[in-house]
Amino acid sequence: MSASKRPNFLFQNLASKIASIPMILTAVVIFVGCTLWTVAYSFTGSRLLPRWRWVGLDQYERLWETDRWMISINNLILYGVLMMLFSLALGFLLAALLDQKIRGENVFRTIFLYPYALSFVVTGLTWQWLLNPDFGVQKLVRDLGWSTFEFAPLTNNDWAIYGVLLAGLWQGSGLVMVLMLAGLRGIDQDVWKAARVDGISTWKTYIFIVLPMMRPIFVTAVVLVATGIIKIFDLIVAQTDGGPGLSTEVPAKYVYDMMFSSQNLGQGFAASTTMLLVVLVIIIPWSFYEFGGRRDAK
Amino acid sequence: MLMESVSIKNLDLNFGSVEVLKNLNLDVHQGEFIVLLGSSGCGKSTLLNCIAGLLDVSDGQIFINGNNVTWQEPSERGIGMVFQSYALYPQMTVEGNLSFGLRNAGVAKAEIQKKVARAAEILQIEALLKRKPSELSGGQRQRVAIGRALVRDVDVFLFDEPLSNLDAKLRTDLRVEIKRLHQQLKNTMIYVTHDQIEAMTLADRIAIMREGKIMQLASPAEIYGRPVNKYVADFIGSPAMNFLEGRVEKGAFHFAGGVLPLDQYNFSEGMDGDRDAWIGIRPEHVLVAETLAKADLTVSVRADIVEPMGADTLLWCEFGGQSFRIRLDGQFEIKEGDMIDIGFTSNAISLFDKSSEMRL
Amino acid sequence: MQNDMIGPRGPKPRSIFRLSNLVVYGTITILALYYLAPLYVMVVTSLKSMSEVRLGNVFALPVNLTFDPWFKAWSSACTGLKCEGLMGGFLNSVIITVPSVIVSIAIASVNGYALANWPYRGANIFFTILIFGAFVPYQLMLYPIVIILRELGVFGDLAGLVIVHSIFGMPILTLIFRNYFSSLPAELFKAARIDGAGFWGIFFKVMLPMSLPILVVAIILQVTGIWNDFLFGIVYTRPESYPMTVQLNNIVNSTYGEKEYNVNMAATIITGLVPLTIYFISGKLFVRGIAAGAVKG
Repeated sequence: MSASKRPNFLFQNLASKIASIPMILTAVVIFVGCTLWTVAYSFTGSRLLPRWRWVGLDQYERLWETDRWMISINNLILYGVLMMLFSLALGFLLAALLDQKIRGENVFRTIFLYPYALSFVVTGLTWQWLLNPDFGVQKLVRDLGWSTFEFAPLTNNDWAIYGVLLAGLWQGSGLVMVLMLAGLRGIDQDVWKAARVDGISTWKTYIFIVLPMMRPIFVTAVVLVATGIIKIFDLIVAQTDGGPGLSTEVPAKYVYDMMFSSQNLGQGFAASTTMLLVVLVIIIPWSFYEFGGRRDAK
Repeated sequence: MLMESVSIKNLDLNFGSVEVLKNLNLDVHQGEFIVLLGSSGCGKSTLLNCIAGLLDVSDGQIFINGNNVTWQEPSERGIGMVFQSYALYPQMTVEGNLSFGLRNAGVAKAEIQKKVARAAEILQIEALLKRKPSELSGGQRQRVAIGRALVRDVDVFLFDEPLSNLDAKLRTDLRVEIKRLHQQLKNTMIYVTHDQIEAMTLADRIAIMREGKIMQLASPAEIYGRPVNKYVADFIGSPAMNFLEGRVEKGAFHFAGGVLPLDQYNFSEGMDGDRDAWIGIRPEHVLVAETLAKADLTVSVRADIVEPMGADTLLWCEFGGQSFRIRLDGQFEIKEGDMIDIGFTSNAISLFDKSSEMRL
Repeated sequence: MQNDMIGPRGPKPRSIFRLSNLVVYGTITILALYYLAPLYVMVVTSLKSMSEVRLGNVFALPVNLTFDPWFKAWSSACTGLKCEGLMGGFLNSVIITVPSVIVSIAIASVNGYALANWPYRGANIFFTILIFGAFVPYQLMLYPIVIILRELGVFGDLAGLVIVHSIFGMPILTLIFRNYFSSLPAELFKAARIDGAGFWGIFFKVMLPMSLPILVVAIILQVTGIWNDFLFGIVYTRPESYPMTVQLNNIVNSTYGEKEYNVNMAATIITGLVPLTIYFISGKLFVRGIAAGAVKG
């Protein structure tokens, strides 16, 4: 474009620019500005209130020496890996089953997806009840005869995180299923026919032919599940409140507690900045994969 | 008598309450190239899928090389299939695509290698074995798709509109490749298309289908020269045949354009009585200039629209009260508004009963 | 040799009980139990008296069906010091959700429209920032927003929450509106411009009337998301204005003395009723909403 006079350039398309002010403000002030603010203040000694007193990497050193933080990271990793594996597998399995042209497909899909419509609080409390040692699944099975049956993960330090996993999976797998189902429906039907003519059985076709064709969907699913895992907060607070002990502590809860209960803003900022780094590690490679270096997103 | 390669008896296929195929019978000879031709919805792809075993029939039987395969899975029928989109397995190499079926069946590695090599040689794709389908051209993909059937040593090849997705130039090239392949392999081939040019150039016999029934099953020449009904006559031939209403009476055809004596017309059995009828005249069978002398009926018409197409010129004029197409040689000099003499002989026309539309 | 209609003929006889069917239906039914069990347990527990709850296990059907727990949950369950049930929280949630949905959709639809039809230099950059922002954990922006809201004088007010929900709903909503408006025929827009209509004119007279399908999807997404929110509900509100989710958590997890499980379950169901109802009514649209939100870019 040829060089236009400065005033003209700014006033072109004015209505659109004015209308976009909320978006521009949000993007710049909130998403960029606030994030940078928090990162900047993570290098300060803020406690009850933010104070611009530079302490370098002090907060981070203390963070990584804090047992509670280390435990929450461990918990998140354990939960994250299992949640990722199981929700992908379960989501794909459900989608594959629904893809079989079964009777009542709509009913089943409704059943698998309704947990996704619920709040994490509702989910957490429901599963807290279900896993109750005195009244829940454990009692049911014991009533049926197996008197030594143990199934109360939420009372046990080592197993509590699995109780949370059950709940998280119950709620989150529906999303993966929807994605996978959309992907399956996008597969060229002729490939199915060709496999059948070649004599390949249905399950082998799914695993060796269809699954590799769904790589992009899997990548999307991984990114979505991963970002959900890192943010997990409501579920923990409702189901276990981090307990028993610290066995279900997670970084998001650590941040919240530091900021609003323990009056240690600096720690909270450092912890959340660390969370950001983890997210970047996932998002940046994915962006390159998805957008292949093109500058404009579609 | 040699056993038929593919034999279909009294085939019915219903989708819910819709009758897609009705009491269909078809015998395909060994090594024959048969084309199922028709417009969309006529049932040609459905029939092919039934032969392949991808669709369950509602009634009737299917035999391949004498074996009743009606209840057998596609992979047990001795058929190979090439799809419109080729449907190659996108994440496997060409070699993987060719060998997957055999590996799955537990065939020995050495045996697989032999078969793949042989197929690759016949199809001239040896250099492509390590490539993925996304790195192949349309023609190469077609050959790999055929190769998948070739490695399994099938008797019958099925083609489901393999050229429909391609542009005109590629279509012509690949069409020739298919014909060459048939001459080389001599397998039975059943080919589905809506394109009459593909049908005419490739087929030993064409089965023209309409609304689930086979209208006519004959060689291209027969279908062209003696179409069995008005639908077939209209379908084959480009530009399309001209149709005029009239009456057969006392050995001549009376219509708005005049009276045409029918001495040279070959009537079908018992169809030579007086009746109302259609006359069908192909644009290329209209006599002009030097050939006019042979005409049984000559008229003068005015050229309305002249469409020069290079090798031919298509002339639109008004004749018998309607728009009439005439094919002229490209060198013929004529312009809009000119009067031109045209003529007809009764051995180059077709007559169809007015109500039943069957050939007289 | 080929005989006349002897041998296999017609469709292949297939037993309903064949292995592939058993495996598929069997697996899917077992999995369905995993998904249905919690709902069943919630409902069943909420309809029992406490004595029944104590005696039996969570899966037993109520012998003496009672709706008492529901009434108690609604009007007299205790959250910390007050015992006024969920009703207050329900009203709060409604008061929070309705304006938030309206404002967030209003802003995002205009954003999407501007991006799709009136792109200006830098528009895509801001949009990209918006999308990436959707991946940033809320925790990073939590505290600065507290400060901003305090400066604006709306911290703890309804207005503050509406702003927060509009901010965080913007990325997904703008994306789906932008994609929707991009998919509409360009001729409509061009014709309107030739007729002399401007930015707002075209928006209200042409685009909005055609937006019903996507508006429904957006409403479903937002009502579900905002109603179910918990984090913003505890950070940006005062206790009087706690939404239902926060109150629910307080009822169940901070009762002193004996836990009234039946009341807790009733409270849980009541809280989940609004989004569940939307889900069951909207069916395929809900799925489309998720897919639209999930398939970013």
